[in-house]
Amino acid sequence: MTIAEQNHDPLAGALARLAVPAPTSFGDRIVARWVEVDGPVGALYVAFTELGVAYVRPAATVAGAGEFAESFRNHFGRPLRAATHPLAGLLPALRSGRSRTLRFDLRGLTDFERAVLLKAQQIPAGQTRPYGWVASEIGNPGAVRAVGSALGRNPVPVLIPCHRVVRSDGRPGQYVFGSALKESLLRAENVNLDEVRALAAERVFFVGSDTTGVVCFPTCAHARRITTPHRRGFRNLRQAVESGYRPCRHCRPAVPESA
Amino acid sequence: MTAADTGARAALLARLVDDLDEGFADLVRAYDGAVYSVALQVCGQQHTAEDLAAEAFLRAYRALRGYPPERIMALQPRAWLLTILLNRWRNAVRDSSRRPAEGPLDATELPHHAPSVEEHAERRERSRELARLVAELPTAQRVAVVLRHVVGLSVTEIGAVMDCPEGTVKSHVSRGLKRLRAAYDAGVIGGAAVVTPLRPRPRPAGTPVSGRAQ
Repeated sequence: MTIAEQNHDPLAGALARLAVPAPTSFGDRIVARWVEVDGPVGALYVAFTELGVAYVRPAATVAGAGEFAESFRNHFGRPLRAATHPLAGLLPALRSGRSRTLRFDLRGLTDFERAVLLKAQQIPAGQTRPYGWVASEIGNPGAVRAVGSALGRNPVPVLIPCHRVVRSDGRPGQYVFGSALKESLLRAENVNLDEVRALAAERVFFVGSDTTGVVCFPTCAHARRITTPHRRGFRNLRQAVESGYRPCRHCRPAVPESA
Repeated sequence: MTAADTGARAALLARLVDDLDEGFADLVRAYDGAVYSVALQVCGQQHTAEDLAAEAFLRAYRALRGYPPERIMALQPRAWLLTILLNRWRNAVRDSSRRPAEGPLDATELPHHAPSVEEHAERRERSRELARLVAELPTAQRVAVVLRHVVGLSVTEIGAVMDCPEGTVKSHVSRGLKRLRAAYDAGVIGGAAVVTPLRPRPRPAGTPVSGRAQ
């Protein structure tokens, strides 16, 4: 049937009118975007989809934007084009080290991996938590090693700060881009790793204040403002509780028998 | 298909060969309407149709990543994309029949972004009615009618998409149309949708054009 015939046949004409344009945002569901932005320790490549940030790599760890894009395509099986603007909220999140309001596309992960990353996201800039803390916070205290591997598979490092999860002895522990980069990220956020290490050498993993009777992780903001005369160190939480201290409600030190 | 269409298609395919990701964005822009429209007519719901269409494009992209340039240049992109779409749809229907059903499909919704001028309301109502009639056709007739008359594929292209001889395509289309015509004409005569020429209502003589004028 030709177009001319369709014009004479009201049914064919009505059928042709059933053709509609795709929804306006349809293209965004298919093609992802990438940008290069300044991060805390050098440039970052960031890819995002219609749901949020999906993939992050420090520029220093890949051989250029081409390799980053190729790696994204292999992981996600989606086309990737350069974005004209960074995703809304991305630059403020990088400046402040706070990514709580940034949206992420974590569809490719397991429920456990997602739970680990969302917990790591709650650690404030400039603070650290042990692997065992993440495990017990997500209700899986035995899964300390699984937490480590889930953090190692973090597709959006730096923005979801898996680098803030460290060994309890003050050493940074493993990192997907090497522990040297992990240490630089922590130092860029003013984490006093030397102090944490000195405390760990004396078998001190928790710090309390004898004026408030509250015990914290050493990097907690509340622990750092305890003046020297009032600082009390503890080897484990039980020891602190037996001495009449209660765990801080912000850093929630509740790692059973850590270290 | 005119020579200009053929030229545009060759240019699109050449862009895919040149830079797959940039070219693919153009491919999506060129065919998203056809793929989405067919998805909407076969599955009947806006949300499912959008998911299905997006999935089809992503499948196409993954396939293209492994194609050598000569295979890309030989593609009939619209028919190829619609083949992928209908395969995805068949699989989705099969999978949902294995799992607990989520209830029957609604009658086809039409997107709300159609022009909302008063005169178009009646036409939209009739389109919804027609979409419902299309949804009631047997699968093969529905697919053939939608490909032929909604997105305007040739009989040869439909044969390739549905993997059947051209004679079979023609008979699916004509049987489908016959059924539709019977129901459609009955609806029109029954007053459910009366054909009225679209022209502005005449204004009574002497009334001002605007209330403010005087």
